[in-house]
Amino acid sequence: MTVRVHYFARLREELGRSSEEAELPAGGTTVGGLWQQLHQGTPPERLMAAVNQEQAGLDTPVSDGDEVAYFPPVTGG
Amino acid sequence: MAVEIYHEDFDPWALVARAEQAIPAHARGAASVFVGRMRDFNENEDVTGLFLEHYPGMTERELERIVAEAGARWPLLGCHVAHRVGDVRPGDALVLVATWSAHRVAARDACSDILERLKHEAPFWKRETLTDGTRRWVEKNTPGF
Repeated sequence: MTVRVHYFARLREELGRSSEEAELPAGGTTVGGLWQQLHQGTPPERLMAAVNQEQAGLDTPVSDGDEVAYFPPVTGG
Repeated sequence: MAVEIYHEDFDPWALVARAEQAIPAHARGAASVFVGRMRDFNENEDVTGLFLEHYPGMTERELERIVAEAGARWPLLGCHVAHRVGDVRPGDALVLVATWSAHRVAARDACSDILERLKHEAPFWKRETLTDGTRRWVEKNTPGF
């Protein structure tokens, strides 16, 4: 069970990568759980996320083949 | 209803003129247009350059969702949203939101709603370059006044 994880903006620069593959635990996980698994800590404050290009929260489930993205608060317009 | 991402400088007024041609002349009683451009200052420091990052795919989908939700709330005849990404110079257009309706309140309120939701929900991120060459990510949107 793998997912593709994307990072954007300041988060992408701080982590030094724009994307990576992640192996999911059996039974799947959540957006917050996946962050913890990949970065060994609680998600930073004000972290935003998307699953399959739709806005998601830390409790949104993540399953095999999903596209997960983490990013800082948006500043467009 | 159209949503566009530009990687190069674009002329917002040409887009408005073109989009307006698609709306039946007898119905278009009101148009509301917002054009945002890059300033050469922010937080009292000189900004020489701006880089705008987006999430290809999700950004377009979010803009389409915001426009569709405004279309469900107000009786719009048309809507055109354009947003710049990549390296931007002072004076370049960053964002266009144009709405058409039979009456002014719907056009104006929908334009304002789309712009505010775009700023808070659509995945775009700004990184400024200052005169001394340092770069910094913009942490939050300006309050709007």
